[in-house]
Amino acid sequence: MPDAAELERLAGVVGADSVLGTVHTDCRSEISIRPEAIVSALARMRAEGYEDLRSVHGVDYFPEEPRLCVKYEMLSRERLDRISLSLRVPLEDPRVPSVTPEWPTANWPEREAYDMFGIVFEGHPDLRRILMPEDYEGYPQRRDFPIGGEPVIFTHNEDSVPGWFD
Amino acid sequence: MVRLTTEARELSDYRRREESVSFSEETVVEGDRELLTLNIGPHHPATHGVLRLVVTMDGEIIRDVNPVIGYLHTGIEKTAEVKSYWKAIPVIERMDYLAYYFNGMGYCGAVEKLLGIEVPRRAQYLRVIHLELNRIMSHLVWLGTSMLDLGAISVWWYCFREREQLLDLFEMSSGQRMHTRYVQVGGVGEDIPPGWEEKVREFLAIMPERCEVYSDLLSKNEIFLQRMRGVCPMEAEVLRTLGVTGPLLRAAGDPWDLRKAMPYSSYDEFEFKIPIGTQGDNYDRYAVRLAEIKESVKIVEQALDGLPEGPYITEDRKVALPPRHELATSMEALIHHFKLVTEGMRVPEGEVYNAIEGPRGEYGVFIRSDGSSKPARVHMRDPSFINLQATPMLVEGSLLADMIATLAVMDPIIGGVDR
Repeated sequence: MPDAAELERLAGVVGADSVLGTVHTDCRSEISIRPEAIVSALARMRAEGYEDLRSVHGVDYFPEEPRLCVKYEMLSRERLDRISLSLRVPLEDPRVPSVTPEWPTANWPEREAYDMFGIVFEGHPDLRRILMPEDYEGYPQRRDFPIGGEPVIFTHNEDSVPGWFD
Repeated sequence: MVRLTTEARELSDYRRREESVSFSEETVVEGDRELLTLNIGPHHPATHGVLRLVVTMDGEIIRDVNPVIGYLHTGIEKTAEVKSYWKAIPVIERMDYLAYYFNGMGYCGAVEKLLGIEVPRRAQYLRVIHLELNRIMSHLVWLGTSMLDLGAISVWWYCFREREQLLDLFEMSSGQRMHTRYVQVGGVGEDIPPGWEEKVREFLAIMPERCEVYSDLLSKNEIFLQRMRGVCPMEAEVLRTLGVTGPLLRAAGDPWDLRKAMPYSSYDEFEFKIPIGTQGDNYDRYAVRLAEIKESVKIVEQALDGLPEGPYITEDRKVALPPRHELATSMEALIHHFKLVTEGMRVPEGEVYNAIEGPRGEYGVFIRSDGSSKPARVHMRDPSFINLQATPMLVEGSLLADMIATLAVMDPIIGGVDR
């Protein structure tokens, strides 16, 4: 994890016009950026030695606005260091440029974030649901999606569960 | 307007759902050759779980594979959001069901980072011992089941014989054979019982020899060699861009191992080597895992030799339950016990990504805490999920039978893929 000074330097590398802020805690260094700048930001981090994209997480900050968030965990194998990039999009317009063309490893994680949060990754080659059924409605990992929001279908109640046969 | 009968409506709905599955980019007829789309799974013994593969074939040659996952999705990440931090451990352990100690370790390590607590050294060593035994167990299951896919039945019996011994050890130290919930926030659940160390040492004494037995059964077997050597190789650079980690990457010659590179839980105190391959084919993937078993044996031996005395879980009463005997005499202990069991621990606001080296690669856990006693978001970077993305690139142009072998050798655990 880079220290505070290094984090500020890296934020400068990403570019003042695309950085919204930095977070530095005991266990995390994070640069939050504008959604439209993600592709160039990741490319600049790659030039800085952060060559591996390890993970893409979708997060819901309900009830804060903008609500939906995507986090990119970067790893530098030279510096043995990790840094995160983060971006926030509003619920009404959850569009983020896809990084899959440059980072093939982001393919399924982006599909997962789309599936679970409804974040649309523009330019993704194959943006479909991945874990939930194809015809599923709703985004189950959102904070306002209730647990048990979907009836469990058994043989005895399959006729009475609404929407099951239609 | 035509009204569809129920039967027809169901059929059309089925078609509609199938429509969005892209079977192949290629045209069905290619010159005078006809491409065949074959559906394997989701319930098929060779898919190692509930995995569906839509395969486009030109004769016996694979042109395209489309893994369809999600059949085992159980919403564990969602479930974890309504459980207090320490009650989420059992559900999280059930994700990658062959690496439960790793699931627990990744999650608890992340919570410990958020809490900023120190894990006692004895607990770190006990964790290492169990993690490495779990790694051996996972590799044994992998070896047995994948060789079963190649038609080598006898090695399966031998692997499961040793696995049984390991499960007995887990049962002795934690009370459970699988999903042990041994790793806790701040340490481990229980100290090891008397006699456990001797039993582990007995196991460690025979294990390297047993590896030779597997090797004798397989490495000199002409049929096995023909099925494994030079099959579905891939360069380390390509694997790296796909995010593949673990034995698959090391088999291609890239010695990346988080235990060495970014040590956690006192891994820097042990001497061990990182086995790597040269060709990156299926044979190397097999050889690397077999060598990893031997290295894990060495780590466990060293950890048992140097096992420090001291507490096995943190003394912080806000995080760990007080010992049973204190409850009868101390009011404070009783209050702490009550608060922890009913409400759970409060974790300061923040986010963390904690990664450890699992048997299949980098097992990462992301936690967002909103200051309450329940995590606001838990997300897993499961190595099986990421590694499985590489399937189409790995098997393209190979034979159908080799695809089954490669899939087995990749060792995806569908519980981890679908979560």
